Amino acid sequence: MMVLLDLALAAWLLALALHVVMERNERSAIIAFLALGLLLGLVWVRLAAPDVALTEIAIGGGGTGILLLRAEAALRGRGKHEEGATRGGKLAVAAGCAVISAGLGFAVLALASPAPTLAPAASDAIAATGLGNPVTAVLLAYRALDTLLEKVVVLLALVGIWSLAPDGIWGGAPEVAPAAVPGPLAWLARILPPFGVVIGVYMFWVGADAPGGTFQAGTVLAAMWLLVIMAGLLPPPDAASPALRLVLVGGPALFLAIAFLGFIVADGFLAYPEGFAKPLIVAIEAALTLSVAAALAMLVAGPARKAPAR
Amino acid sequence: MNGLVDIATMVLVSMGAVLFLAGALGLLRFPDTLSRLHAVSKADNLGLGLIVMGLLPQAESVSGGLKLICVWLLAQISAATASQLLARKIHRDEGRS
Repeated sequence: MMVLLDLALAAWLLALALHVVMERNERSAIIAFLALGLLLGLVWVRLAAPDVALTEIAIGGGGTGILLLRAEAALRGRGKHEEGATRGGKLAVAAGCAVISAGLGFAVLALASPAPTLAPAASDAIAATGLGNPVTAVLLAYRALDTLLEKVVVLLALVGIWSLAPDGIWGGAPEVAPAAVPGPLAWLARILPPFGVVIGVYMFWVGADAPGGTFQAGTVLAAMWLLVIMAGLLPPPDAASPALRLVLVGGPALFLAIAFLGFIVADGFLAYPEGFAKPLIVAIEAALTLSVAAALAMLVAGPARKAPAR
Repeated sequence: MNGLVDIATMVLVSMGAVLFLAGALGLLRFPDTLSRLHAVSKADNLGLGLIVMGLLPQAESVSGGLKLICVWLLAQISAATASQLLARKIHRDEGRS
């Protein structure tokens, strides 16, 4: 029975991926891509990886999807699109993708059985971190450097988007709310955020011991903030606002500070002193969650459209 | 007793699944956007409600059951709002043409 479900999921995933690539209408392709993210989340659940499933649905499906939709809406009606790649170019890309897929497939099939794994070593050392969720232990203790760089990349992406603003209104606020906010949207923006904030904080808090974590929680919080801004209940912040920039930089900055502190109080860069690992990790995660939430919301909000208030 | 509860779960979840199927059929077959919207929102609200009701007796704890109900309520709120927004847009577009 479960094999049948897995086969159906795999077939569905392939068909949907093909549809995303082949679809000529950009908006339909993006919506299919959103569905692909959800489906991929289900596949991760079947692979017993709920942490990855949550991140895939939040970032891969929802976050990227809305970014693409807004980009498409901004580009629509700007006259003729540039002519796409030539036939030869498309064939070259297709061949490259096919080679990579075949190589990956070969690599997976050629893995020794049972596959080499660090899982026992990781779960043996988990007691030292004070965490219950091995995924969080990997992200914030064993491979903390990767996580740190990951969050910095999000900030770099935001700098890239902000740089699209014309010089005259640099540091200003984006425009997200429509001229006339529809009643149901305003209603949702009043009803949903209390739930959303609780769920976001819960996802961050539970991440230490169960599936959840900074990116998932940050996405939910970002969505709530965006909803309130889109409904015109709160103005979007100026990109130059010190409070916004402090929140954005706070997570990675605290992470870096604690990482350098490791030279003095522990064994080196990114090492936690014994017995203090869990409180430090939770503090980093709290700051990172806020940074990720602010960064994701501002990514979706886009570059400035109004001059900053001085 | 346990068997009865399991049967209730199976019946309710199957009914929910049938409603989702009907909603999907409506989405594919109905002629205009408003009726398609109607089909999907029915399936969402009632179908998910039946599935949640069927799963409630299987919940391991009270808080687990409450989470299930919250999922249904949140899905209701978002589906209702999305339908309203879509319908409003359709209504306005039709008025213009």
